[in-house]
Amino acid sequence: MEVVLAVVIGALYAAGLYMMLRRSYVKVVIGLALLSYAASLLIFTVNGVTRGRPPLVPEGALRPPEPFADPLPQALILTAIVIGFGVQAFTVVLFKRTYQATETDDLDAIRSTEHHKKPGVPASISGAREG
Amino acid sequence: MTAAILSGFVLAALAPWVRKVARGWAGWLLALGPLAIVAYFTAQAPHIADGETLSASLNWIPSLGVDLAFYLDGLSLVFAIIISGIGTLIVLYASAYLAGDALEGHFYLYLLFFMASMLGVVLANNLITLFVFWELTSISSYLLIGFKHDKATSRAAALQALLVTGSGGLAMLAGLVLIGQVTGSSTISDLLSQGDTVRASGLYVPILLLVLLGAFAKSAQVPFHFWLPNAMEAPTPVSAYLHSATMVQAGVYLLARLSPVLGGTDEWRVLVIGAGAATMLTGAYLAWLQTDLKRILAYSTISTLGMLVLLVGIGTPLAAKAAVTVLIAHALYKGALFLVAGSLDHETGTRDVTQLGGLWHALPFTGLAALLAAASMAGLPPLFGFIAKEVFYKAAYEAPDLPALLTTLVVTSSVLLVVAAGLVAIKPFFGARVPTPKPPHEAPLRMVLGPLTLATLGAAFGFVPGLLTEYAIKPATEAILAAPAQVELVLWPGLNVILLLSLLTVTLGAGVYAARARLSPPARRLDVGARVGPALGYQKLLDGTLWLADWQTSILQNGYLRYYLITIVATTVGLMGYATLTRVALGGVLRQPDIRLYEALIVAVILAATLAVTQVRSRLAAVAALGTVGYGIALLYILFGAPDLAMTQFAIETLTVVLFVLVLYRLPRFATLTSRAARRRDALIALSAGALMTLLVLIVTADPSRTRLTSYFAYNSATLAKGRNIVNVILVDFRGLDTLGEITVLSVAAAGVFALLKLRPPRKEEATSAPLAEAEAQPSPEEVKPVSLPAMDATVD
Amino acid sequence: MDSLVLRTATRYLLPLMLLFSIFVLLRGHNAPGGGFVGGLVAASAYALYAIAYDVQRTRQIMPVSPRRLTGVGLLLAVTSGLIGLAAGDPFMTAQRDTRELPVVGKLGTPLLFDIGVYLTVIGVTLTIIFALAEEE
Repeated sequence: MEVVLAVVIGALYAAGLYMMLRRSYVKVVIGLALLSYAASLLIFTVNGVTRGRPPLVPEGALRPPEPFADPLPQALILTAIVIGFGVQAFTVVLFKRTYQATETDDLDAIRSTEHHKKPGVPASISGAREG
Repeated sequence: MTAAILSGFVLAALAPWVRKVARGWAGWLLALGPLAIVAYFTAQAPHIADGETLSASLNWIPSLGVDLAFYLDGLSLVFAIIISGIGTLIVLYASAYLAGDALEGHFYLYLLFFMASMLGVVLANNLITLFVFWELTSISSYLLIGFKHDKATSRAAALQALLVTGSGGLAMLAGLVLIGQVTGSSTISDLLSQGDTVRASGLYVPILLLVLLGAFAKSAQVPFHFWLPNAMEAPTPVSAYLHSATMVQAGVYLLARLSPVLGGTDEWRVLVIGAGAATMLTGAYLAWLQTDLKRILAYSTISTLGMLVLLVGIGTPLAAKAAVTVLIAHALYKGALFLVAGSLDHETGTRDVTQLGGLWHALPFTGLAALLAAASMAGLPPLFGFIAKEVFYKAAYEAPDLPALLTTLVVTSSVLLVVAAGLVAIKPFFGARVPTPKPPHEAPLRMVLGPLTLATLGAAFGFVPGLLTEYAIKPATEAILAAPAQVELVLWPGLNVILLLSLLTVTLGAGVYAARARLSPPARRLDVGARVGPALGYQKLLDGTLWLADWQTSILQNGYLRYYLITIVATTVGLMGYATLTRVALGGVLRQPDIRLYEALIVAVILAATLAVTQVRSRLAAVAALGTVGYGIALLYILFGAPDLAMTQFAIETLTVVLFVLVLYRLPRFATLTSRAARRRDALIALSAGALMTLLVLIVTADPSRTRLTSYFAYNSATLAKGRNIVNVILVDFRGLDTLGEITVLSVAAAGVFALLKLRPPRKEEATSAPLAEAEAQPSPEEVKPVSLPAMDATVD
Repeated sequence: MDSLVLRTATRYLLPLMLLFSIFVLLRGHNAPGGGFVGGLVAASAYALYAIAYDVQRTRQIMPVSPRRLTGVGLLLAVTSGLIGLAAGDPFMTAQRDTRELPVVGKLGTPLLFDIGVYLTVIGVTLTIIFALAEEE
């Protein structure tokens, strides 16, 4: 089964990266969501998967009956999913505010807030009389 | 001794609090700290005069040979007393000078922080410790020069001082490290006997150049002198303290301290005497041409710094004695004069000498202090400055190399300093009364105490030089020479060449002062430095650096997200793909998939939905397809023994859809912004990255092995943690701290969302009270007023 | 959204879902569930209510505001760690009662921690969703 999951993971990474390479901000956010699916599934798969045997200890027993699904990646992914939601909410809201301020969805249009003014020290100091 | 230094830092940290509690009394209270330090060091003076030294050491980074080591000998003692003594007076003075300033507490913090750092510099017995304290003084000087941080010129001057002294400090660090390499020790008191090893080493010239760079930059020697007049942007107590009496003397201290190690060679004499003489002359020449009191004093300080460096360069016992004497005399009269300038500025509203005159009756005590200090500066008997000038002239007159030339330069500079002394003490207080911006009156007690104490001491030591000689000048001279020395000072040495030179100096000085109106315009025209000086070089260098940074940023950080991504992904795929294909045997990697029909169905749906996300043209369709992918993955979690994950994923998927619907509802349709060719390029890159990931998963899963961690968690969950859901036990017990971090991150994300949506600066056109008035009319808990960040809690959920 | 069916359904669903979320939270130590899932379920319940009615009304029926919930949750989680510290063990070492309760299992700091997670997750999720919904 890992072989099939490997293909799914590859597809999710490819789709996620493709979306992140778009110029439209909304698409980038969607790409980010796909990437987090891909990462979760990657962690889930790399140590092998087990069908239908959740890592639960039966009542009265001291350890789960073999074979059982690896609990460690599950714990990692569980928090990752929730944090992923937090991050996604933040990016989405950031996008919303950006859109309200700039009225564009085009990342190239909001590329830079830098004004290429001449940096440096105010002129008054160099005007002082020096030896 | 360690406590005396470190207590300064503690006092600094407490200062803002003391200011808040003690209010108007904070100055008196805080001055007790430095006063106690003065008392401590004064009590050590008899021991040091007996030839004892004191050392203390704390382990700091023993593996690197760096200790918090301190060492007290005659030279350190003179500096330590000057630093803490003037520090006491400055704290008092500043408490009146800055009374009412919102940042007064910060000021004490910076000032006391500086004092402790400066004590660290002069007492450090370890080269690296010395460097650390040295840089701390640069940082506190930066903060103090830029104290009026709302002024652009203050900030620029602060930055300039920091960059010049900081770069010098880095050069010095390199020099100090090399000294440590050559001698195998970085303890200063051990180095003093190893001068021959250093001088014979092939690295001697680089060491000398690097250390001199640091000392010259700090002590404002030509060509680094330009930062000091600009540093006059600092509040005047700071100029009096850091930029005349203490910090700028750190370079002189370093040279004096290391002269037994580095001095005595031709290179040393040429470089140190050359820089000292050039600085002495430049400073004196520019001093009397200024009209701003503080700039007059700044340039005269530069001149004196040059004299001190010159004397250290000459290096004879007489010169060492003269250096210590001039140092003490200068600290007393220049500190006093700076404070007088501050008082004049404070009480009249100007420090332009052309705007000041006839103030003797309005400010008699300040005037008295000015007169005494300026007389000492001009070298008039019977003040201590006279004695200092006598020994100085004698040291130059009897110098081993070029005594005639040196004496001429020294006398010329002194003549000009006499003029400068007249400008700061005679011009403002005597002659015709000039109307000032503020009606003048005497400064408050705390601002009279400082200048008057310093000026009186300068006068008193002239009458009784013996005390000072025995307890300060002799031990310090011996420390510079690292050898016993005969030191005597007398007020009246009898009629000789030196006395004639002194007489000539004062006469010529008085003449130039009287004729300054006619002499200064042509002298000003000689000043080529203003047009092609090193300050211009600094500006060009700074501009150039900023331009380079700007250019490089525009290349590397072009602002196109996709080009960053393409660079990262292409590099990763290239390197990892190459490594994978060349290093891994791919034989067992491709294997027959073991898949059941319902699994195949779910996978097919996920793949189709994934493809759909990239292709659909409507945002809602994309969100729906994304949800489908998520639900599909949740099903996979169920099938492969992860019910916790599945439940979480289902719940999150639902909330995500709500989120997207809430946001995307009113936003534009998907736009196709890129060309077909660009889309093909992106697809190629994305697919190659996806293929690499697939390959990696295949390689890794070809040989499954369970981690030790998994077994530990699985076998101990029920027994140790009394929980049968191992995933939950990992989350809340075994790795609870991680989870705590994760829910904190979540909270931060929520705070970020809340801040983005709710806390907005009021728009300019509605910045008036209109929205607030509305809110008051309709008090509703839901009403979110436009607030600034600190008032976050004022908004109600 | 103005749907009578949704509103009526939500009014009955909300208490049920909240009860379910607490059940999921409490049994999490021994069976699938726990603070994260429970918190998400409870948050979904309120989110649903907010969609059926509006945010203002949802806030009124909530005993504590979402932002305060976040803070309380974090505080509980930290407290559960500090209890171990107070007992002389390293920070976050679990402390337990010896008695066994049905569903929950043994009472102890891990449960307190999980309740902290539960409250934080509800608080965070609803802070975000309410803030967004109030923008409309």
